[in-house]
Amino acid sequence: MIERTPVLNALTHVILVTGLLLLLFPVWIAFVAATHDMTAVNTAPVELWPGDQFLVNLEQAWAISDMGTKFTNTVIVAVGVVVGKIAVACITAFSLVFFNYRGRMLVFWLVFITLMLPLEVRIVPTYAVAANALSPFQAMLDATGLTALIATLSGVQVNLEWNLLNSYTGLILPLVATATGTFLYRQFFLTIPDELVEAAKMDGAGPIRFLIDVLIPLSRTNIAALATIMFVYAWNQYLWPLLIITDRANYGMVAVELGTLVPDQFTTGGGTPTWHLAMAGTLIVMVPPIVVVVLMQRWFVRGLINTDK
Amino acid sequence: MRRAYFKANWIAALLVAPQLLIIFVFFYWPASQALYWSLTLEQPWGGGNTWVGFENFRTLLSDAYYWNSVRVSFVFAIASTALAMSMALVLALFADRQLRGYKFFRVGMIWPYAIAAPAVGLAFRFVFNPHAGILSYINEVLPGFWDPTVNGTQAVIMVVVAGAWKSIAYNFIFFLAALQSIPRSLIEASAMDGAGPMRRMRDLQLPLIAPTFFFILVINITDSFTDSFGIVDVLTGGGPARATDLLVYKIYADGFRGFDYSGAAAQSVILMVLVMALTFVQFRYIERRVHYT
Repeated sequence: MIERTPVLNALTHVILVTGLLLLLFPVWIAFVAATHDMTAVNTAPVELWPGDQFLVNLEQAWAISDMGTKFTNTVIVAVGVVVGKIAVACITAFSLVFFNYRGRMLVFWLVFITLMLPLEVRIVPTYAVAANALSPFQAMLDATGLTALIATLSGVQVNLEWNLLNSYTGLILPLVATATGTFLYRQFFLTIPDELVEAAKMDGAGPIRFLIDVLIPLSRTNIAALATIMFVYAWNQYLWPLLIITDRANYGMVAVELGTLVPDQFTTGGGTPTWHLAMAGTLIVMVPPIVVVVLMQRWFVRGLINTDK
Repeated sequence: MRRAYFKANWIAALLVAPQLLIIFVFFYWPASQALYWSLTLEQPWGGGNTWVGFENFRTLLSDAYYWNSVRVSFVFAIASTALAMSMALVLALFADRQLRGYKFFRVGMIWPYAIAAPAVGLAFRFVFNPHAGILSYINEVLPGFWDPTVNGTQAVIMVVVAGAWKSIAYNFIFFLAALQSIPRSLIEASAMDGAGPMRRMRDLQLPLIAPTFFFILVINITDSFTDSFGIVDVLTGGGPARATDLLVYKIYADGFRGFDYSGAAAQSVILMVLVMALTFVQFRYIERRVHYT
């Protein structure tokens, strides 16, 4: 810094190290528990140093939760959500910034207001929609009398149905809408100079060509930032998969699987709690997003701050 | 504003269509359904809806369990926000001095952001476990002193600590970014005027990051109302005796375990209004931040 302050520097280090230790502590305890056998973990003084059962526990936790399938599912969903969100955010922002049409502000506000409607506050009716994703349209047809009209005219009873429960589509599609991603892209597109657009037009490029050949290559850092945040977001999904996936053996996701590892009377039947396995499972689930965040740190921080969430 | 635009507005319409379709089906329709259900008495999955006006809200607001849930949610929101923000602020202020090991510390504070809420819940469930966790030491000396599965206050403490731990990283990132956007010349000028590092923190850096502070405050409170489901579900399941029955958890429990759709919808509507009010405050402020800098 500017002046010599040895005492304060020492204090700074003490504070930072203490903070770091406090943050690491619960994970360390979980890690240590995952390295001991059941008896050691459940005897009263908590273990503070690792034992030698780590690989055994990891293997067992992996096997009882069938983590292989869950990892595959979670990767599929995470990739789907990341790609979907980036694509949707990109084209929406592109339309909002590079075209001039009435209703532009309306679209902007419609997207914006979704920020105020997180999944948790509309969970019950959203579940009903997932049971039949076309129900909104059916309801509108019914309400306007079109169903009856079509039935009398053609004799066909309109009955739209698209069940999203227990499917990848159901896991991915509702999460693809993104207000924050759209704003991030919009902010970036607003910095593109008019001259670039004019030059592209003069060279005979249409809007799609301009998007693919000019804007997308320019927005690579944007994509990296969004992808990191959205990957963590998708990997850690809990409430939504908990509700719409009842067929956990085939469509289960890792975070939901943790709920079944909780050692209480349901899972152990009153026997000794299997904390060593629960903690091994916790570690398995938390590692991939941590690796992504640490490796992609720079883009991740930038994306988080630019989206203001 | 932009001068150069593309024509061909049908392309523009096509490009916004996917997002608009998704938000209509999964955001606006369910939100309006919640409003509709909250004003009717519904039989699960079809059957008749009877219009009951504000009856559901009246029932809800005279329900002691609901008020308990409101109280617990506010306690959780205030306590976890205060804990997470104060820790993150102190860490960011000192990390910003950029002494040796700065980059290492920065990564060290950021990674908890990546951990899933249920993973945090499960880890803390073990850490605070009365028989095998860290506080089992106290239970050796004073048997039965610490048991969050029985003692409601201790369960709340546990949820608050876990919730705060999870959001420290997020707050830290924002505080550090705000601190680093303060022009270095300002810091140097005040150092020349004889202000030591602590004085500069108090009289220069803290006032300058006030807008960020306020922004983070609103985000934290909003998140603790909506984003706390995973932690509570795995850590306490809302218990013991509804001691940690947060608003989101109660909506889930009433809607999907109790099959009380109208009651859950009424609760959703109230929570929606709360979140909207908080978001409104947040963006009023962002408007002002533009003028501030």
